[in-house]
Amino acid sequence: MSVPVMVEPLLKVAGLNAWYGESHILHGIDFEIGKGELVTLLGRNGAGKTTTLRSIMGIVGRRSGSVTFEGRETVGHPSNQIARLGIAYCPEERGIFSSLNVEENLLLPPVVKPGGLSLEEIYRLFPNLEERKRSQGTKLSGGEQQMLAIGRILRTGASLLLLDEPTEGLAPVIVQRIGEIIRQLKERGFTILLVEQNFHFAATVADRHYVVEDGRVIDMVTAADVKQSLGKLQAYLGV
Amino acid sequence: MFELLGISPPALFGQLLLGLINGAFYAMLSLGLAVIFGMLNVINFTHGAQYMMGAFAAWLLLGMLDVPFWAALVLAPIIVGLIGVVLERLLLKRIYHLDHLYGFLLTFGLALVIEGMFQWKWGSSGAPYPSPIAGGWNLGFMYLPKYRGFVVVAALAICLITWYAIERTRLGAYLRAATENPTLVRAFGINVPRLITITYGVGVGLAAMAGVLAAPIQQVSALMGTNLVLVVFAVVVIGGMGSIMGSIVTGFSLGLIEGLTKVFYPPASNTVIFVVMALVLLVKPAGLFGQTK
Repeated sequence: MSVPVMVEPLLKVAGLNAWYGESHILHGIDFEIGKGELVTLLGRNGAGKTTTLRSIMGIVGRRSGSVTFEGRETVGHPSNQIARLGIAYCPEERGIFSSLNVEENLLLPPVVKPGGLSLEEIYRLFPNLEERKRSQGTKLSGGEQQMLAIGRILRTGASLLLLDEPTEGLAPVIVQRIGEIIRQLKERGFTILLVEQNFHFAATVADRHYVVEDGRVIDMVTAADVKQSLGKLQAYLGV
Repeated sequence: MFELLGISPPALFGQLLLGLINGAFYAMLSLGLAVIFGMLNVINFTHGAQYMMGAFAAWLLLGMLDVPFWAALVLAPIIVGLIGVVLERLLLKRIYHLDHLYGFLLTFGLALVIEGMFQWKWGSSGAPYPSPIAGGWNLGFMYLPKYRGFVVVAALAICLITWYAIERTRLGAYLRAATENPTLVRAFGINVPRLITITYGVGVGLAAMAGVLAAPIQQVSALMGTNLVLVVFAVVVIGGMGSIMGSIVTGFSLGLIEGLTKVFYPPASNTVIFVVMALVLLVKPAGLFGQTK
């Protein structure tokens, strides 16, 4: 597989194994992301995409191998220290806190580095959230909750965003809006690792795609090659 | 009206006031339990012993170091809270992933050990603690010692400050969020294990502060917490496990209900809280202010 020329990858994952209890989920994941890139992990249900994100964040039962961020090894460190290096995670289930209102949800993740968005900028990006800032977080619509889940990790100054299926279960017009937001974030210099089931959505935003199957990365396709690799990708994803 | 009911106003108001004072202690203690349960998922059966340790700490500070009540009101909760922190780091943190039953066994066992040690050293007859505020007010229908009035106000203030800290501050937001989803909160960069330790220390400190406030009213004795804590657990169950406002409101109201029962049907006054508990659980199994998860 051909990896585009990059100076020093922001995130480098090598031989990553992960377990939930007794079940061995990741069997040596290898990939890397350059600074400012938008990379997706594609694959069928249960291939290990979400587990890869959770392993990078350090919230799986057990993991081995190597995950370096800005050259620093993170395996063996608790998740709160990994977050403080500048990695932020937006989980698939969104993880909006019902005992916090919208603004409290937004302000929850502590600022770990300078350079994050201000609250005003986040509200400009997601005007709905400002209108409903006193509402209970879980009273929002699915799309608004997704925007809240993305919005709250933009304040922290983290440079790498891990987004787990941000379009899942949302109406097409909202999916489109989230696509615009993700492109804007890339323009602002965020590095994004995106897990997606929705390949058509992924293809519109990403620089490169890694295909995950049975806990391994089995292929890599750049955005430029997507058209000619379409048949191959569809076979991988079973679409 | 009072003639109709066959009771005298002094008896009624007197018992209501006593009920309010008891309710103040129920509220403070169940508040600490609610805070601890919310965060640690452990029902802290050591709470009564820690309340007793607060009273003893104040008594020892006075007897050995001449530390006055007002200083002890701050110092004793800090000392007992720090002992709580050590217990959490050494023992409790090892059982969070296990069933509730293990938390029950551990904290209940600790309570027995702690109370046994105090009983062995100081006996169980109890020692008096001089009231820091002398005198009282004649309210017409009854005589109210000033100190008891102070206890009600102080307890209310402590409850409201705690409520504010949890519901309206940034640290409180961390706490509420970590109660819901500790893994995600930790993945945001917050040191959740440390937050848990602090929470336990503060919850224990609240129990100890209630103990200091109780010292001038009751005898300071090794078993002063055991009877009280039974009622307090009923209060927590009625209010809803983990609900902060629920603990405060239920604590004060059950004190009043108990007081009223003493006026109208004294034999039931010891059991009325448990009757209320049974009724509430029949109608709302999660408690009055509790949320089913």
